[in-house]
Amino acid sequence: MEYEAVIGLETHVQLKTCTKMWCGCANEYGADANTNVCPVCLGLPGVLPVPNAEALRLTALTGFLLNCDVPGYAKWDRKNYFYPDNPKNYQLTQLDFPSTITGFVEFELGEELESVRINRAHLEEDVGKSFHFADYSGVDFNRAGVPLLEIVTEPDITSGDMAYEYLNALKSILEYGGVSDCDMEKGQVRCDVNISVRPKGQQELGEKIEIKNMNSFSGVRRAAEYEIARQIEVLEEGGQLVQETRRWDDDAGITDSMRTKEDAHDYRYFPDPDLMPHRPSEEWLATIREEVVELPLARKRRLMEQYELPTGDADVFVGDAALGNYFEEAAKGLNNPKQAANWVINNLQAKLVETETSVVNLKFPAVAIGELIGLVEGGQISSKIAQEVFAEMFASGKSPATIVEEKGLSQVSDSGELEAFCREAIEANPGPADDFRSGKEAALNFLKGQVMKASRGKANPQMVGELLAKILNG
Amino acid sequence: MEMDLSRAVKLARIELTPEEEQRLAPQLGEVLQYVEKLNELDVSDVEPTAHATPLSNVMREDEPRESLSQEEALRNAPKTANGLFVVPKIVE
Repeated sequence: MEYEAVIGLETHVQLKTCTKMWCGCANEYGADANTNVCPVCLGLPGVLPVPNAEALRLTALTGFLLNCDVPGYAKWDRKNYFYPDNPKNYQLTQLDFPSTITGFVEFELGEELESVRINRAHLEEDVGKSFHFADYSGVDFNRAGVPLLEIVTEPDITSGDMAYEYLNALKSILEYGGVSDCDMEKGQVRCDVNISVRPKGQQELGEKIEIKNMNSFSGVRRAAEYEIARQIEVLEEGGQLVQETRRWDDDAGITDSMRTKEDAHDYRYFPDPDLMPHRPSEEWLATIREEVVELPLARKRRLMEQYELPTGDADVFVGDAALGNYFEEAAKGLNNPKQAANWVINNLQAKLVETETSVVNLKFPAVAIGELIGLVEGGQISSKIAQEVFAEMFASGKSPATIVEEKGLSQVSDSGELEAFCREAIEANPGPADDFRSGKEAALNFLKGQVMKASRGKANPQMVGELLAKILNG
Repeated sequence: MEMDLSRAVKLARIELTPEEEQRLAPQLGEVLQYVEKLNELDVSDVEPTAHATPLSNVMREDEPRESLSQEEALRNAPKTANGLFVVPKIVE
């Protein structure tokens, strides 16, 4: 029998704010344990949490970036459970009136354009961080109360690869929008995977297995692949799947059971009495809508269309937005923007990496790339000399024309001067000269190389070829 | 009206002696019965509300305020180590 997988993802993303969600403690990674804490985020009695305006703004912005609606009413609820990293014994979250609902994310999967629907992106809070020792565990509450956006998909994902590409697309959208740094190393993105299989064509869903707290996208892909195969095997062997939560063991490459439905949590949600609802005004939403940036996929398509760039080049400029912006500056008014892309990707990017420089700190303006291309196309310098000019531009910031002038790098196109170089080369290399005369065309390249060397790269290569042939055949 | 306490006890992570359970079950039952009275009202035309106060959009600017020192934060903890709140070993 053929089976198909049904996967939904819940992705938790830490928002890029200065302070926590309900108090003025710093939202900061790596501080000394329990130094970014106060009575509010420690869950001490008698405190009043107050929502962070910036977190609400970033949530609405995320909604727009994910093509969601931002309803006119949102509220907060208490999700009650006991766990040592949860100081209040409840987590503040949005149950039935989330800040954003019903959107979608588009991304590429191989050659195909895929779309995954977003059920909601709601605002909640992170918990503390536990450390485990031989006889006890310890908790640092610096992370408790950090604003956390939970982005929930519809079960539209059908494979590990698709989950992986969705997550990458989501991450780059959130980075583009400045919503989150999405630093995986710092645990800023975590993911729960809901996964079931069913015979192909069957309408009703199979028993749902949840894999909790994944912190790498490649881990999600591997866990999904493993779980799909495992579930199909159980069904093939006539077994029954039960709804359960499983844990992914990345080293072993397997999942194992954490808890089944019988001991599933009963969270006893109820509206938080301390937190007033949020009713976004039209004006407020309008200002946020203005901040919506061009999304990575849209940017890629535009770059490919507007500048006729190949996929690979467009991917580079989407992956490094600053470099892409620089390219767009350089390509302004050029007949052949692909040339500019080549310079930016092959030369500039390499130099930036080599010297650990950021593109915003460059000494020369983007327009200089166009000037350099113009000098080559106009025959003033050879493409080899252009490399030398570029290196100098990078070092000094001088304009290409100035560098060519100062260093005397202008291409020699004076036929008298070139003829002298050619005659010297023929005299010094009688062997290859004879070879050419007796019909070995390739020998000409050798002689050409000698002329280029003698002229220190400045001879016009096309003219050299023509002159050599003329003299030898003469 | 008596209430089955076993689930509530489990969720609240508390233990009751059989005597306590015998005493509390009817008492809590009475509380529930009292609240039940609300069901007598016809609220089909009333929009559900989460709050009695007519306030919304209460928020603060994203500006840092001073936090507690580690020493202050841990002062009431029964046990600490390396700046952490010590809790029983967590094994899921």
